[in-house]
Order: sequence, then C-alpha cells, then structure tokens
Amino acid sequence: MLNTLREPESETIHLGFKELYLSAFKWMLLSRTVEDKVAALWHAGKIAGGCYLGKGQEAVSVAVGIMLRPGDIFAPLIRDQAGRLAFGEPLFDILRTYLGKKTGPMRGRDGNVHRGRPKERIYPMVSHLGAATSLITGALMARRMRGETGFVGATSIGDGGSSTGSFHEGLNLAAVERVPLVMTVTNNRYAYSTPNSRQFACHDLVDRAIGYGVEGYSMDGTDLKECLEIASHAVDRARSGFGVQMIVASCVRLSGHAEHDDGFYMDKALLDSPIGRDCLSVAQAHVVEQGWADEVMVREWRQQAKAQVEDTLQQVQREPAPDPAEEDWHSLASAHLIDPEYAE
Amino acid sequence: MSITYLEAIREAQARALRENPNVYIYGQDIGAYGGAFKATKNLAKEFPGRVLDSPISEDAMVGSAIGASLEGMRPIVEMQFADFSANGFNQIVNHAGAYFYRSGVSLPITIRLPNGGNPGAGPFHSQSLESLYAHFPGLIIMTPATVDDAYNLLLEAIALDDPVLYCEHKYLYNRVKAERLPEEVSFSAGKALCRRPGKDLTLVTYAAALYDALAAATELEKEGIDIEVIDLRTVKPLDTPTILQSVARTGHLLAVSEGWPWGGINAEVIARVASKGFHLLDSPPERLNCRDTPIPFHPDLWLAHKPSAASIVKKVRQMLEW
Repeated sequence: MLNTLREPESETIHLGFKELYLSAFKWMLLSRTVEDKVAALWHAGKIAGGCYLGKGQEAVSVAVGIMLRPGDIFAPLIRDQAGRLAFGEPLFDILRTYLGKKTGPMRGRDGNVHRGRPKERIYPMVSHLGAATSLITGALMARRMRGETGFVGATSIGDGGSSTGSFHEGLNLAAVERVPLVMTVTNNRYAYSTPNSRQFACHDLVDRAIGYGVEGYSMDGTDLKECLEIASHAVDRARSGFGVQMIVASCVRLSGHAEHDDGFYMDKALLDSPIGRDCLSVAQAHVVEQGWADEVMVREWRQQAKAQVEDTLQQVQREPAPDPAEEDWHSLASAHLIDPEYAE
Repeated sequence: MSITYLEAIREAQARALRENPNVYIYGQDIGAYGGAFKATKNLAKEFPGRVLDSPISEDAMVGSAIGASLEGMRPIVEMQFADFSANGFNQIVNHAGAYFYRSGVSLPITIRLPNGGNPGAGPFHSQSLESLYAHFPGLIIMTPATVDDAYNLLLEAIALDDPVLYCEHKYLYNRVKAERLPEEVSFSAGKALCRRPGKDLTLVTYAAALYDALAAATELEKEGIDIEVIDLRTVKPLDTPTILQSVARTGHLLAVSEGWPWGGINAEVIARVASKGFHLLDSPPERLNCRDTPIPFHPDLWLAHKPSAASIVKKVRQMLEW
C-alpha cells in the first residue's frame, strides 16, 4: 500500500476497472481499520477532543479521492478518511494529528480531522462548514489565471453543511467562474442529530444543481461500483471543461456524529433500508462475487491493513508531544511585525 | 497638480499590478464600473483579466482569495464598505487569520475595507471595524491617514506574506490631498509617527480622527496648551514604544478613535500605557470614542456621535485641570 504522497505518474490513472475497484476497496479497508483504531484509542481516553468517523461513507469518499491526480486539489471534510488516503495523505497524518504529536502536519496546534498539507494541496478544514468551497474555487481560478489546464479540485459537504451560506456563496461563485470543481454532497441523513426533515425542504438535494447551473448526479453511496463510475465521469467532465459537477450521494452515517454520541436518535428503519447498508460489506461481497478475490484473500488484506495501522501507531506513539515551553506562540509569518507585547 | 488619498490607493494598486503578475483585485463592481468609490477606476481596462467583478458574496470573496494565495497569488479584495465584511468575517478571522499558526503556510492577502463614517451614510455604511479584526490573531491592521501612508502602506500590505486588513477611511478619500505621491516607497508597518510635537499632553489617534486631533491641538495652542499628536498608522501591531516615549515627555494621555468604546484600540493603548508607563502619568489616561449606539444617519447626529475637534478640546481641558 502507498503510504506517502503519490508520485506524478500514479498507477491508478491507468488502471482498468477491476484494478481500480480493488485499489479503492483496499483504501476503504485501511480507512475503516485506522478509524476503528482511533475510536478505540478515544474510548480508552488516549485522545483529547472529539473523534469523528467516516464509517459508512468510505465508498463515496474513496471514489472521489482515487480519481484525483497529483496537482489536483482536495479539500476533505470530516468523513473523508478514505478519500484522503487515496489522494495520498500519509497514514501517519491521522494518527499524529489525533494524538496531537509535534511530528504531525498540525504539530499539536489543531487536531483530529482538522488537518491537511496545503503545499501538497490537501486543505486543512476549519470547523465552519462550507468554508472550503470558495477556497478551492479561488485556487482553481488562480491556476486558470496562470494559464494552467487539466487540473480539478474536489471537496465534500454533508446534508447539514449544504444549509450554510458559505456553501451557497462558494458553489454559486464556482458556477459563475465555471471552475473544474467536483462537489460531493453526502446525504447521510443526519447533521449531528438533526434529520433531513429539519434541514431542507427540497425533494432531493440534487435538485439544487439546476439552481446553481451546474451538472448534478445522484448516486447510491453504499455501492462502490456506482460511486466509482459516477465520480470517474464527474471528475472527467470537470477536467474536460464542463464546469462544476455536483454529486449527491445517499447513505446513512454508521456511527454517531462523533464517538461521544451513540446516535440514539437515529431511525432504525433507515439502517435496515438499502441506503443503510455498510458500503464496505457491499464492496467486499462484490469483490468475492466477481471472483476478484476469495474470502481468504480479503481476510489477508484486512490483516495487512491492521498490521500497517499497528506499525504506524507504534512509531507515532513514540514520537514527542509539543512542548509548551518551546512552542512558537506567534501567528504571523512576518517576524518583524510580531508585537513585542506578545513575545514575553 | 495634486493627488488625493483615494487616487493614491488606486495608484498603489496600479503599481502592484504592473510590478507583480501574481497580484489581482477582486470585489463588487470594481471592473468596468471602477468600484463604488472609484478606487479601481480604469484598472480593469489597463490590466485585463486581473480586476474582477465578484458576486455579492463576501464570504466567498475572502475564501477565494485564501485559495488563490495558496497557489502563489497576492490577491487584493475590495469590500464595498467595511460594514459588509461582517459577511466575510468567518473567512477572515477563522480561515485566514488562523492559517499560518495552524499549518505553517502564510497567506499574502490584502483586504481593503472602506472604513469609517461620512455624513448621511447611516448605520451600515459607516462602521470602523479595525478593533474587531485586531482582536483576532494572525491579522495585520493598517489605518492610514495621509496620502503617503495610503500609498506606502497599501504597497506594503500587498508585499507582506500575512493577511492585512487595510482600513481606508472613506471621509479622507477626496478630502486629503498631497502635492504628489512619495518619490520612494518606504515600508513602515508597525511604526507610529509623531505628527505634531508638544509637551503638555499626548493625543494618540489614527485615520480621520487624526485631523480632528490636529485641529484641536491648533485650537488649544491659543490657550498656551502644547499638544503632541501621535498617528498610529498601523493599529496592529501597535507601536507601544513610540506611545510610551511621548507619554514620558508629556505625562498625560488621551486616546482618540472613531470606533466604538468597548474594548478597542483606545482601550488597548490605555491598557499598555497603564501597565508599562504608569509611573509616567500625571493624570488618569482617558479616551474618546464614538457613542455606544449604531451610527446615525442625519449629519447633525453623526457629527455629535463621534469625537470631534471640539470634544477633544473639551476633554483635554478637563484632563489638564485634574
């Protein structure tokens, strides 16, 4: 498995569908495995702050992440672990950030899912939903101003985040500028505890695409095959100059909002419905059914993912925490403009 | 031949566009129309594709500038009025302001805020928001009062690698003039200037209130009171040494700002002098702000709402009688 940012000539660009599917499935396995580990660490009291899982949304996330190439831009949201890995975020980043390690990309200054590598074009999210939409749009405008072509940007939002003004302003701007943005709206039925019925009044969020003047798609977020097909199409369309692509995925969040929340308010009937399926189990069944691997092989992949997570975690646990006495308590790059009042 | 404060802002932008291909300007009605105040007049024609009209989306305007700066651009965002930056507040303080500390990557963004009051402008086209943004880390706040500062500080804002809130005072746009632009560009962010030396009392101020302070000093001179006037020019970082040196000479401090009183630049100036220069003071430090109400529409109410030369004179007399 790749554990570093991908080199420009990524193999996944040239994969056939079977190889693409298997690659995506393995990222999903790794994503689920590392998040299960993080959840266990959280329940054991080893992690400060919240713990937010992408359980049940791996298919949606990986489908977009795996279609992106180096040089593309990805602004992931809270349930995008699978997409992060597929785009090239090192496995170290999630563990170092959750554990607040100084070695991590956020150096203990921000935690959990609020992490990224701007220089590698993985944007660290802020908690204010929808705010990344215009960031990625501006970055795509800048690339175009410089005469670059052939790149795309991708970001995600949920049913709840789609209600923010920031999301609306950002998507409208992206549509006006006709930038190559792929916006994935994952309707997982609950924004924290708030159901769709208290979140929006339109029949289906994909109906908003026409209002924004962008191309819209619905997809079953529990079916990796459909996710890969639609994400591939949407990313290609964006890359080829057809402007903003809005994908609305249906699934159910298979956890609470965060690990402190057991999701008691969730409608059990939803979980028993087709969109309540676990995308990872669906993908595994598909792999076996197609004869691409047998149960033994899948179990071996699972073990490999586990071993990779354990090895990474063991190394990360030995790494230093940030030292408050050594911390650089400054928030400006212009060192000469740091107020001496705050230097003490 | 003379040049106004507003023209200096336009000229600084033209120069930045000319000298750096990564500079572009983004805002409402700034293209063919040249901006609500004409601060970008003819720039769209002169620099095709680099002076762009935005939708009425302050959040997305700032957000897009953050994204563009991550790609190496140096965006200038024009808010039509400082007041409307409230709709871009989250992107300014939580995204832009926090970015460098969180990620180690700096964002060279200049956000121009047409700031401060004008007669008849009313509650939502008159606000002075420098204190609000100064409260948040990771932002530099400039408040030029002269043609030279308007020009130099704007060029410096664009050159700096951090997000800058450049608060240009609307009242000064066409009222403040100079013979010509500065011959040489000089960078002096974070440095206050003594605009009038004096020995009896220090007035610390900035932006349009500088002219009320200078008028008050001229008036008080007739009574034999010699006022020193310090222009902050950049309110964050705040030039504490220059303020303390002045108070050491005069023993009295009056801070004057058009902003609201609670918290704010005046409060910060007084807190620093009280903390670092308590022994220098011969009277309690005082401040004059606008009143703690929304900014009124009627010109007579507006004049009575904010500090004026007359209110400064009155306050100084009270202080020196203490």
